[in-house]
Amino acid sequence: MTVAAIEAVDVSRTYELDGVSVSALRGVSLTIDQGEYVAVIGPSGSGKSTLMHLLGGLDRPSGGRLVIGGRDVASLTAPELATLRNETIGFVFQAFHLLARTSAVDNVALPLVYRGVGARQRRERAAAMLGRVGLGHRLHHRPNQLSGGEQQRVAIARALVTEPAVLLADEPTGNLDSVTGEAVLELLERLNAESGVALVMVTHDQEVAARARRRIAVRDGLIRSDTVHDRPGSAGAGEPATLDPAPSAEPRSASGSGPGRPSGGSGGATGATGRLPHAAGGAG
Amino acid sequence: MRVAEAWRVALDALRANRMRSVLTMLGVIIGVASVVILVAIGTGTKQQVEQQVEGLGSNLLLVVPGKIEVGTAPVVSPLDLKDVDAVSRVVGDPSRVAVTVASGATARAGNRSDFTTVQGVLETTPSVFTRSLQRGRYLTGADVDTSRRVAVLGASVARALFPDRDPLGQQVTLAGVRFRVIGVFAPLGQSLGVDRDDEVHVPVTAAQRLWGTQRIDGIAVKAPDRERIDQLGERIVAELSRRHPDTEFSAVTQQQILGVLGDILGVLTGVLAAIAGISLLVGGVGVSNIMLVSVRERTREIGLRKAVGARPRDIGVQFLLEAVLLTSIGGLTGMALGVGTALLVDAFSPIPAAITWWSLALAFGVSAAVGIVFGVVPAQRAGRLDPVVALRAE
Ligand SMILES: Nc1ncnc2c1ncn2[C@@H]1O[C@H](COP(=O)(O)OP(=O)(O)OP(=O)(O)O)[C@@H](O)[C@H]1O
Ligand SMILES: [Mg+2]
Repeated sequence: MTVAAIEAVDVSRTYELDGVSVSALRGVSLTIDQGEYVAVIGPSGSGKSTLMHLLGGLDRPSGGRLVIGGRDVASLTAPELATLRNETIGFVFQAFHLLARTSAVDNVALPLVYRGVGARQRRERAAAMLGRVGLGHRLHHRPNQLSGGEQQRVAIARALVTEPAVLLADEPTGNLDSVTGEAVLELLERLNAESGVALVMVTHDQEVAARARRRIAVRDGLIRSDTVHDRPGSAGAGEPATLDPAPSAEPRSASGSGPGRPSGGSGGATGATGRLPHAAGGAG
Repeated sequence: MRVAEAWRVALDALRANRMRSVLTMLGVIIGVASVVILVAIGTGTKQQVEQQVEGLGSNLLLVVPGKIEVGTAPVVSPLDLKDVDAVSRVVGDPSRVAVTVASGATARAGNRSDFTTVQGVLETTPSVFTRSLQRGRYLTGADVDTSRRVAVLGASVARALFPDRDPLGQQVTLAGVRFRVIGVFAPLGQSLGVDRDDEVHVPVTAAQRLWGTQRIDGIAVKAPDRERIDQLGERIVAELSRRHPDTEFSAVTQQQILGVLGDILGVLTGVLAAIAGISLLVGGVGVSNIMLVSVRERTREIGLRKAVGARPRDIGVQFLLEAVLLTSIGGLTGMALGVGTALLVDAFSPIPAAITWWSLALAFGVSAAVGIVFGVVPAQRAGRLDPVVALRAE
């Protein structure tokens, strides 16, 4: 039996803004299994980034239960959570967030610094990772000497150098033109397929979302649909998916709010059978 | 994160903002350098004065009217030469007793003039105080007995009045009266900024006549042995008090003078060091300020580091090391600057300066401590930043 990489049960997140509380997430349940490819879509302000921050242990939920890599976030201290992030999660941001004045290889090696890996080994692993994202010839370039697409590939290498279980990418192509964005997307998909790292990617682009096997639609801080598609790339990742189901789409877990939400439980069971080889045993 | 790594990151951060780092360090550099320089000057002066007091001659006892205390006004002396005879009888040896009656006067020779101190003295002065001549001879008993108008010039006075002539045998006019130069003192140098060669010795009798007085300002006695010097002082004071019941007299030894001077100069050095310490503190505030700016500027970097697994402590240590590195490098530079300046001052100016190891250790220790104290708040702030908020920072 495989363990879910991330498990969220009725997770909510409320911000206090000048005494007014803003609910960015209002009770979200989902499970990210190992090796999955999940697209998260939804309008601006719907809570996608908030969800990613929670799933990555960068933020703590205001309510509900969140288990990352088998560990309940609520029971962890700040340093423990930092170590968990380091070991389990890789982040890719829309804005790259590379350290300026720092070479590509040192940027990629950064997570290994906090893991206590020695300098020589760090560089070797970072250089190898840069090779895998096609930047073996750009090891000593600084971010301002790299194109946007190259910078994002450095960021991807940094996210994967620790061999995390989950790669969380929040609009990774948002700052790139379509051709460059497509290349980055293909790289992410290839790494997902090759290394078995689960890929959770926020996107605004329906076509991009359609390439993912599983699509989660978020609206107003709630999951409106969570569907699995046998044939990735099929149309109909429309939102909410439940209103316009694609022929092959199956609802993965309970979605929507209010009455009739069948289950807030982890990793909805419906339609899971035979979906993913390793997920089959985990569900149900 | 390993400590070596944290050092490297901190050093990189300082290098990235080279100009700002240097300017921030400047506060610490100036602070540390001034501590080192001022303490060196204080110490050097103290050593020099002590040497000079010791050089006055051993077993010296100074007898003056009034109390010898800081802050007491000088008393008009009731002493005259008859009292000196009485003191000589107490001592038992007139050659161990010296006197002075001193006043400022203008010395002239030809068309040159120099304002100086004229001292009326006995012929015993060179043996009571250790004084040696460069040229000519000193006053004799006969000179004193006959109020002969002869003078021995201090090195500065000789240089001022006779820059290109041999002063021996020449005439000088002191307060309008002509004297003949019979000798020139070997130079003594400066003490606490006072030129000790700026004086003219004449027979005490001639001086008294010059100013129309019978007064003696003070008596100095070279005690026959060190053990009974205090006892001798008490006997002299008792004798003078008997002769002048209305006046209080004090006898101080060289040791007491050394002690008082040492105390005064010690306090002075301490005050100087404290003033310099304040500038070090101001430098520390500058470091704190820049560290806060640095944390704000690098908020996104902090967010990113946390996202990839930096613990709050890792971030805190990184910024603390940066502050400590700033002040330590500043401290070392300031020490080098301070030592260099102090050596130059000592070599090329009349101000003495002596480097002490404790001032170096103190200055460096304080500058490193300043880095810790003033780096803690910015470092804690950086460590506690919420990563999500930090990543969103502009
Ligand atoms: N730090 C915060 N303080 C207050 N409100 C916040 C904060 N962060 C997010 N929110 C609010 O929470 C809601 C969800 O924000 P979130 O960034 O998750 O949206 P999103 O789906 O990622 O949007 P976008 O597609 O524009 O990136 C928004 O209404 C936002 O205003
Ligand atoms: Mg967002």
